[in-house]
Amino acid sequence: MPIQIILEKCSGCSLCVKACPFDAIRIMDKKAVIDLGKCNLCGACVPACKLKAVLLERIETLAPNLSLKDYKGIWVFIEQKKGKVQSVAYELLGKAQELAKRLSTEVGAVLLGNNLDDQLEELAWHGADKIYLVEAVELANFQDEPYTNVLVKLIQKYKPQIFLCGATSVGRSLISRVAVKINTGLTADCTSLDIEPQRKILLQTRPAFGGNIMATIITPNHRPQMATVRHKVMQPIAADKRRKAKVIRESFDSVVYASRTKLLDIVDEVEALINLSEADIIVSGGRGMTGPENFKILAELAQVLGAAVGASRAAVDSNWMPYSHQVGQTGRTVAPKIYFACGISGQIQHLVGMQSSKIIVAINKDPDAPIFKVATYGIVGDLFQIIPALTKKFKEVLKR
Amino acid sequence: MNIIVCIKQVPETTEVRINPETNTLIREGVKSIINPFDMYAIEEAVRIKEKIGGKTTVVTMGPPQAESALREALSMGIDEGILLSDRAFAGSDTWATSYTLAEAIKKIGGYDLIICGKQASDGDTAQVGPGISTHLDIPQATYVKKIEEIKDNSLRVERMTEEGFEIIQVPLPALLTVVKEINEPRIPSLRGMMRAKQAKIITWTQKELNLDSRKIGLSGSPTQVVKIFTPSPRVGGQMLQGEPEEISDKLAGLLKNEIT
Repeated sequence: MPIQIILEKCSGCSLCVKACPFDAIRIMDKKAVIDLGKCNLCGACVPACKLKAVLLERIETLAPNLSLKDYKGIWVFIEQKKGKVQSVAYELLGKAQELAKRLSTEVGAVLLGNNLDDQLEELAWHGADKIYLVEAVELANFQDEPYTNVLVKLIQKYKPQIFLCGATSVGRSLISRVAVKINTGLTADCTSLDIEPQRKILLQTRPAFGGNIMATIITPNHRPQMATVRHKVMQPIAADKRRKAKVIRESFDSVVYASRTKLLDIVDEVEALINLSEADIIVSGGRGMTGPENFKILAELAQVLGAAVGASRAAVDSNWMPYSHQVGQTGRTVAPKIYFACGISGQIQHLVGMQSSKIIVAINKDPDAPIFKVATYGIVGDLFQIIPALTKKFKEVLKR
Repeated sequence: MNIIVCIKQVPETTEVRINPETNTLIREGVKSIINPFDMYAIEEAVRIKEKIGGKTTVVTMGPPQAESALREALSMGIDEGILLSDRAFAGSDTWATSYTLAEAIKKIGGYDLIICGKQASDGDTAQVGPGISTHLDIPQATYVKKIEEIKDNSLRVERMTEEGFEIIQVPLPALLTVVKEINEPRIPSLRGMMRAKQAKIITWTQKELNLDSRKIGLSGSPTQVVKIFTPSPRVGGQMLQGEPEEISDKLAGLLKNEIT
């Protein structure tokens, strides 16, 4: 049995019952009983028990030939598009610097592409101590296989202990492949990263079940410890123009750059002038917009604020807005500084996609709409009057 | 074309609620559904088969009750369902899950295309699809929103990005993960439901797949959960009242410093 209660130690206090996210533990005759049909072996009950009465057995498998202490340094995958480093990379460098101080180690920035010399200085200013640069025509644009091959080679050669990557459409696709090839653990969409002081290992905390619960995850016996982090979750450090980084240029045999898939074209869509994931402010509309033509007033407000326009599933399903603008469970997850929810009732599927926003402004005519339960500022009223008034006001205040 | 669809049974997230007294998830009476993203994967597989012929197989790893997810997929037109179920698989992280699924796919064999939803709604990792293609050493395209062209030995697909999309030529066999925009899943027909009800579901355990215990379940998972907790719920804030102009004044004052 991989999990069991040591009956002699169990006092029936029910702390494990509360810790179990799968509702698999009951107290019967003052002892905890685990329903193995429900138990997912997640281990949440183990640290919850103060009497050490829950025993979770696992065969501790150290990856073969792996000596943990050989792995040093914190690496950040620097995502670039069309030769420009993406903002999520600077955010991760900021976090990596903080973690590196606690581990007394260095931050390595890993940059793949072509003709990237003009991007290096800024990586140093934002926290890179070393820059591992691999340039080749084949790497100019992201492709799964060459990027995976190069990262695997670099990791095998330099052995970083931690590897961070943006949870973007590139990062999530790429880093999942790298982790499997390297044979190590990967934790997706971490919202907090910390170091456990005793073992000096990475504590990776992420939401699960649509943000209803949080889980802290470790990768104790494999290296590097890999994690992805979404846009806007971490803060970049202020640029320090005196900072310098050592640039390490690497190149590989052409087979490493080979790709079975072929990138034929990259199409940028006009509607996504400011992309949702990177936007500091998002103005979203839902069923309450009543029709596609009314999104014009949201676009006007968005323009004044320098914001992106989002939409609820209801608005997208009615073909009022393209799917690329959809926020929520089946669309994008966003966490801007300010999120305007206009005529969005706030179904749970929408909330899980935007509830990590710093400030939520909700405008809805129904005072009982669930969106008001999460809103920082709630406005009950007619959005067709309120939004133009807001646009006018912000134009004055922001002098735009 | 032989197509394998990988699906996951998940709790219907809308119904996952926290008990405010005990601060735990209330899972009693929570309905299990096919992960919403996997519905698009199933639909796409059935559409390809209807267009050019072939065989479709759906695979899931989970407890015995995950069989109902397979039957639902069959009711939509998938030909065969395979359940990977064994206590030894419990506690699998994305590494061990993708390994187990990849080994099952090898055992099925003869595939041209594997389709997964872009991610599961409970775990949200988007790691299992790329994990499977890596274990199988086949090419992949993630976040696919359209299959533009199907040829004997390749596909041309549109892959969604933050800014728009990429057009990619993918040689077969390959793995795709798909997003909602790709199609609208059908409602099962009465005939489909009848067929699904009577269909025989194949179950494979660790033994049938001949898997190394060190690579599956808890032991095969490089990541370990050390703590699970409920986040402090977001509480509603301040209601702004008055005429639109007054409200605008108040809000502009409150947000001024946040907008740069």
